[in-house]
Amino acid sequence: MVPVTYYVALSAVLFVIGVLGVLLRRNALIIFMSVELMLNSANLVFVAFARLFEGLAGQVFVFFVMTVAAAEVAVGLALIVAIFRSKRSVDVDQMSSLKG
Amino acid sequence: MTQADLYTLLPLIVLVIWACALLLVDLLIPRGRKGITAFLAALGLALTLGLTLAQVSAAGTAFQGMVVLDGFARFVNALLALTGLLGVGLAYGYVRRMGIERGEYYTLLLFSVAGMMLMAQAADLIVVFLALELLSIPLYILAAFARPKETSEEAGLKYFLLGAFATGFVVYGIALTFGATGTTSLSGIIAAASNGDAGLLLTIGAALILVGFGFKVAVVPFHMWTPDVYQGAPSAVTAFMAAGAKIAGFAALLRVFGLAFSSLSADLTAILWTLSALTMIVGNILAIAQTNIKRLLAYSSIAHAGYILMAFVPFGNAEVLPVSVAAGVFYLVAYTLTNFGAWAVVIALEKAEGRGLDLDDYAGLGRKYPALAAAMTVFMLSLTGVPPTLGLVGKFYLFRAVIAGGFYGLAVIGVLTSLISAYYYLRVVVIMYMREGEPERVSEPWLNLTWAASALAVVLISLVPAPLFAWASQAVFALF
Repeated sequence: MVPVTYYVALSAVLFVIGVLGVLLRRNALIIFMSVELMLNSANLVFVAFARLFEGLAGQVFVFFVMTVAAAEVAVGLALIVAIFRSKRSVDVDQMSSLKG
Repeated sequence: MTQADLYTLLPLIVLVIWACALLLVDLLIPRGRKGITAFLAALGLALTLGLTLAQVSAAGTAFQGMVVLDGFARFVNALLALTGLLGVGLAYGYVRRMGIERGEYYTLLLFSVAGMMLMAQAADLIVVFLALELLSIPLYILAAFARPKETSEEAGLKYFLLGAFATGFVVYGIALTFGATGTTSLSGIIAAASNGDAGLLLTIGAALILVGFGFKVAVVPFHMWTPDVYQGAPSAVTAFMAAGAKIAGFAALLRVFGLAFSSLSADLTAILWTLSALTMIVGNILAIAQTNIKRLLAYSSIAHAGYILMAFVPFGNAEVLPVSVAAGVFYLVAYTLTNFGAWAVVIALEKAEGRGLDLDDYAGLGRKYPALAAAMTVFMLSLTGVPPTLGLVGKFYLFRAVIAGGFYGLAVIGVLTSLISAYYYLRVVVIMYMREGEPERVSEPWLNLTWAASALAVVLISLVPAPLFAWASQAVFALF
């Protein structure tokens, strides 16, 4: 059996890639994908520990996270489409009508 | 699922069913008469408020320890239902005037309130996470509700991206906490942490959860989205968001940090101290330069997040924490009333196309509309913390509790930043009374009721604050 620390290390790498993606990329869709990567890195931790503890709670949590992520996708993509219609761009650097 | 389970969540269940039904009923209401939807939404919230206040008996957990009903949950839920009512009252005329009157507005607001109430009752990190999303996702949509207006769309997208980012931190933090303790229930975490077998993983998990909630309640350095979102979102949404999301966020902070993670105080007290001090300083200093009233109130809301966060700094000190949290809850009530009042005045002066939002547009208000100007003066004084207002009483209780915990430096920073804040709050008052101008206000019954009632409450409760503080203390003390 692969030790749980390997999974946690992998998930930490994925999480950091997600965080860096959000902070460095300027395309709203890519930022959003990076957020999904963060959520999935958490799912990996849940599943890994659920196997270690031999319980179901962790695995059930993964389903909740996936469901909520789907709800977020629905709202997020709708917002991105709406802003693309009016601006013809999803670059967050161009969203600068609010300042002060 | 037993009757006791249902009883525990009764107000919430009624509210969610009401919101679902409202979504259907709204289809039958003709386009020009969406005011009916607003009344139905208000009725649902009033019913929820009544049920919450009626839940006197039985405190305890339900649904296998997933949710809890106690005095604190009841107090916060009542406050949240009131927040929803005020939110509907502010929106009623505003959305019609701005041409964004759609029935979904009220349904989304109800769902968001439901998420906030679930947050106050959460006894498991899974429920904390679900409640966080249930309150946030409707708010993302509401922030972009004035589409295709560019500022509103932008506010919605920014709020969404940063909110989802914060959710990522919370979920990862919960995952690590689960790994460290083998459970997600708050009482299980307390038990595991007190055995001392938690260690580094739990600390990292707690820190990540703190970062996530820091984004949600707009604590410096996680506040960047706040001014843009508060400015771009429709004003009625901002008013609701500023109060509701803060109440729910701090309720969760109390449940998660005050109770579950109290064994980590050695590691986290300094961090909370720094966050609170930074938030007060940065929020108040950046507010000075603002000329747009919505941005000014946004920075003011950041600063107030810092004051409320003070209440959690003594966490781990079992003697002081109940008192300081009670003070924090009291401050939340004061902030909610003042916040809604101030935003009601902003809405009364706002014109289409985002005009009427500069501080200069308030010139001459004192002469032309004395009552409105007097109300605004009360709210500004309350946000500063000057007698005779609720803001002062709230700050007094907070600073007293923090000093009792031995955090003199933080109390001094609190007092000094309040002095700084006087500069920009009083500038609004000076502009209203000392400058000539011809402001035009909108007079709508529910709007007028909101600012007038808030102003009266802010002054009157400050004269006899003891009963409210006793109620808040009683609600909080039962937790510890």
